[in-house]
Amino acid sequence: MPEAIRFTLNGAPAELDVDPGRALLWVLRTDLGLTGTKYGCGEEMCGSCVVLLDGRAVYSCGTPVGAVRGREVTTIEGLARDGRLHPVQQAFADHDALQCGFCTPGLILGAVSFLSRNPDPTPEAIKEGLEGHLCRCGTYVRVIEAVRAAADALEEARP
Amino acid sequence: MTTRRDFLKISGQGIFVMFTVDITGLLAARSIQQRGAPTDLNAYLRIGEDGRVTLFTGKIEMGQGIHTSLPQMLAEELDVALDLVDPIMGDTALCPWDMGTFGSMSTRFFGPPMRKAAAEAKAVLRELASERLRVPVTRLATRDGTVYDTQDASSVVTYAALAQGRRIERQVSGDAPLDDRSAYTVSGVPTMRRDAAEKVTGKAKFAADLRVPGMLYAKILRPPAHGSTLLESDTDAAERVEGATVVRDGELVAVLHERPDAAEAALRAVVARWQQPDSGPGNADIFEYLEKNAPPLRVVTESGDLAAGRSAAARAFESTYRTPYWAHAPMEPHAALAQVEGGRATVWASTQNPFGVQTEVARALGVPAEDVRVITPFVGGGFGGKTNNRQAVEAARLARASGRPVQVSWTRREEFFYDTFNPASIIKVSSGIDAAGKITFWEYANLHGGDRSSTPAYHLPNHRVTSQGGWSGDGPRHHPLSVGPWRGPGANMNHFAMESQVDLMAQAAGMDPVSFRMANLTDERMRRVLRAAAETFGHAWKPAPSGEGVGVALGTDAGTFVAAMARVRASRETGSVAVERIVCAQDMGEVVNPEGARMQMEGGMTQALGHALAEEIHFQRGAIAERNFDAYAIPRFSWTPEIETTLVDNPDLAPQGGGEPATTVVAAMVANAVHDALGVRLFDLPLTPARIRAALAEAR
Repeated sequence: MPEAIRFTLNGAPAELDVDPGRALLWVLRTDLGLTGTKYGCGEEMCGSCVVLLDGRAVYSCGTPVGAVRGREVTTIEGLARDGRLHPVQQAFADHDALQCGFCTPGLILGAVSFLSRNPDPTPEAIKEGLEGHLCRCGTYVRVIEAVRAAADALEEARP
Repeated sequence: MTTRRDFLKISGQGIFVMFTVDITGLLAARSIQQRGAPTDLNAYLRIGEDGRVTLFTGKIEMGQGIHTSLPQMLAEELDVALDLVDPIMGDTALCPWDMGTFGSMSTRFFGPPMRKAAAEAKAVLRELASERLRVPVTRLATRDGTVYDTQDASSVVTYAALAQGRRIERQVSGDAPLDDRSAYTVSGVPTMRRDAAEKVTGKAKFAADLRVPGMLYAKILRPPAHGSTLLESDTDAAERVEGATVVRDGELVAVLHERPDAAEAALRAVVARWQQPDSGPGNADIFEYLEKNAPPLRVVTESGDLAAGRSAAARAFESTYRTPYWAHAPMEPHAALAQVEGGRATVWASTQNPFGVQTEVARALGVPAEDVRVITPFVGGGFGGKTNNRQAVEAARLARASGRPVQVSWTRREEFFYDTFNPASIIKVSSGIDAAGKITFWEYANLHGGDRSSTPAYHLPNHRVTSQGGWSGDGPRHHPLSVGPWRGPGANMNHFAMESQVDLMAQAAGMDPVSFRMANLTDERMRRVLRAAAETFGHAWKPAPSGEGVGVALGTDAGTFVAAMARVRASRETGSVAVERIVCAQDMGEVVNPEGARMQMEGGMTQALGHALAEEIHFQRGAIAERNFDAYAIPRFSWTPEIETTLVDNPDLAPQGGGEPATTVVAAMVANAVHDALGVRLFDLPLTPARIRAALAEAR
C-alpha cells in the first residue's frame, strides 16, 4: 500500500506517495525522472545503480524506497552544485575515465563515497574500494587515475 | 545508391556535401554481404547559416569515441574549430543508409571520403567568397571558419555569411586538394571525449532513459530454455494487478504497466507451462557436436607446397585449440522504445545498426522501411552484441498491439539469455620448424570460429589456412546457440591459436619467444611493432618456461599491426592467474585521436582478460547457466594490470582500425605468460584455475 515518504533528494525536500517496498532505483528512474541512475543487473552486482544515502554508496536496485525516509539521497543529477562539477566528476572527464558512460554515474558516486572515508588512497585501495562496480568497456586504469586525482583536488579544496 | 532523395532528407538552408564510402571490397572479403543491401556507405555534411557544421552519419557512439574522432577529422580538413562540429548519428530519418558500426571500420572507411567532402566544401566556400569579395579563387584561403584574401587579410568572410540564405548541394568529385597532414592542428592531437560532460552528469540519454507521453513498460514472458514451446499460460492473476495490461501478439506474451517494476511483479503472477527440448548438445559435448556439424571448408590463404614443407621440418607439432561461447555483457542491457501511429513507427533503440532495426521492424509490422524511423541515442556498450535487435522488434510489436508507446528494456537475465555469443571454435594447427628455427610449414583449420585475422603475419613459404563456418554468413546456423560478432570476431580465437602455436615452436627451437618471432617475420611493419613493444617492456627474454611469467603475442587485425607483452603471477597451488603488467604497441596508420586510440587499446585489453581467464557460457538443451554477474565473471577493478600503450608512428598510411586489434592478442599473450610461469601450456580457453591445476597435475 502506498505511504507518504519524506526525504531529502539532491539537497531539496521530496515527498512521495509510494509503496515503501518498491526499489529506490525504479522510483528514481520512473516516478522522479532521474534517469542518470542506471539499471545494470538488478541484483546488486554491477554498481550501475549506485546512489548516495546519507553520503554512503548504496545499490538503489536493492534499496526499498521506504528505507530512505528522513534521509538524504544524492543521485548523479545532484552531485554538481551551483553549476560546478564535483571534483570527482571533473577528474573523470579530465582523465577520459569513461567510454560508453553507462556505468559512469554509479561509479562516480561510488568514488565520492569511497573518498569520503579514504581521503588519501593508494591505487590498490581504490581497486578494493570500487570492486563492487563493473565496467565492460574496461576503463579501470583511467578510473583509478581519476579517483587518485580527485583525492588531490579534494585535499586542496579543504579549508 | 547516392540519390537526390537522400539529400532531401534534410530540409533547410546551408551548404551540403554528400559523400560515398565504397566498401565493396571489404564486404566481399569478409563475406558479410547482406542480400539487397547497398554496397556503399553514404553520409553528408552541412555548413549551416550559423556557421556550425553538422555531420550526418548512420554510425553510432557506443563508447568507442567516434563522436569525438570523426568531428576532429572534419574540423581539421574544413578549417573550423572542433567545437563547431556537431555529429548527428544513427537517425534513419536524417542520415543516409549505413551498414552499421562494427569491424573497426568507422575511421578506416569513413574518414578518408569525409575528408574529401570537407575539401569539396572548402572549394564551394572559396567560389562563393570569390563572388562576394571580388577576388580570384586562387588568391583565397581558409582558416578558422572564414575565407580570406591571402593578399589582403582585411578582406574576409565567414562560412556562416556565405551559407546565409542559400541551399547548395554538392557531391564529392574527388578533385579538391586535401590539406597537408604535416600542418594538422586538430586531427592527430590527443583530444578528450566530447561526450564526457553529459556522461559524468547523468544527462546523457540511453534508450531506456527516454520518455514519451502515455508510454508503458513491457515485461515479456520468457522460456526457461531456447527451443521451448509455450503450452499454456494463465494470465488471470497478472490481469488483476492494478494498471496492468496483458498483451498477446503471436508467441509474445507481455505485461504492460506504467511502471517497469510493477510490470515485472505482474509478470511473475503469470503461470506458464513450457515444453522444453529433451535433447541437444551442452557445453560438455559441444566440441564433438561442432566437429560433426562443420559446414563446408573454404581455403582462406595458401602458398608453396605443404608436403615439401613437412619434409623440410626437423620437428613438427600438432595442436588443437578450443574456445567456448562467451557473452558480450555490455553494462547497458538491450533497450528500445517504440511508438506506432497510423502505420508509421518511431523506434529509439540501443543498437549498432539502426538501419538494420529499420528493416527488421518494418518486416515485423508489415510496413515499408521508409515508414519506420529509428533514432539511436548513446549506446551503453555494444562489442558486436547490439547488432542483434530483437528488443526493438518486440517493442514495436507490443506498441502496435497495445496502441501505446512501449519500452522494452531487458533484464540482465534476459540479456544473457538472448545474447548472440562469441562462437565456440576448434582450431587445428599442424606446423614445423627446421634446425635453424625457421617455420617450414603451417597447416591451419578453423572450425566454427571465423576466418578473420587467420592469415599469419609470419613468413610462411608453405602454408594453408582453411575456415569452416563462424559468426557470419551461414555460420551461425551450425551452432546450437545463437552466435554473432564479438569485438574482433574470429580474430580473438585465431590469434589465441596462432600465437600459442608459434610460442610452443619457439620453445622447441630453444629460442626466446621474441627472437623466434623476429626470425620468422619478414614484414618490416610487423617487426617494427614487435620491437616497439619489446623496447617498452624492457625485458631480457629467455627461452620459455623461464619461470618469470612473461608472454608475448602479435597479429594483424582491421589493418592494424599489434604486439603485446605481459607479466603474470600464477599460482602453482591454486592455479589462479593475475596479470600484473601489459605493454602494447600498435601501428594503426595515421592516428586521428591518440588519446582515444590509447583508450581503446586499454579498454579492449582489459575486457579481453575476461575471455582469457574466466568467461565461458555453460548450457544444456537450450538452457543458459550464467544469467547474471555472480555466475559470469567479467574483469573487475581487482584484475586491473598496469597498462602501457605505444602508438608506432606511421602517418603516411591512412587510418586503420582501432576498436578491436589490441583485444585480439590478449588471450594468447596471457596463455604464453602462464606457460612461461608454470611450464604448462593450455589449449582451451578460458585459463581457469581448475584447468591450470589439471594441466599441472598431468605434467607431474
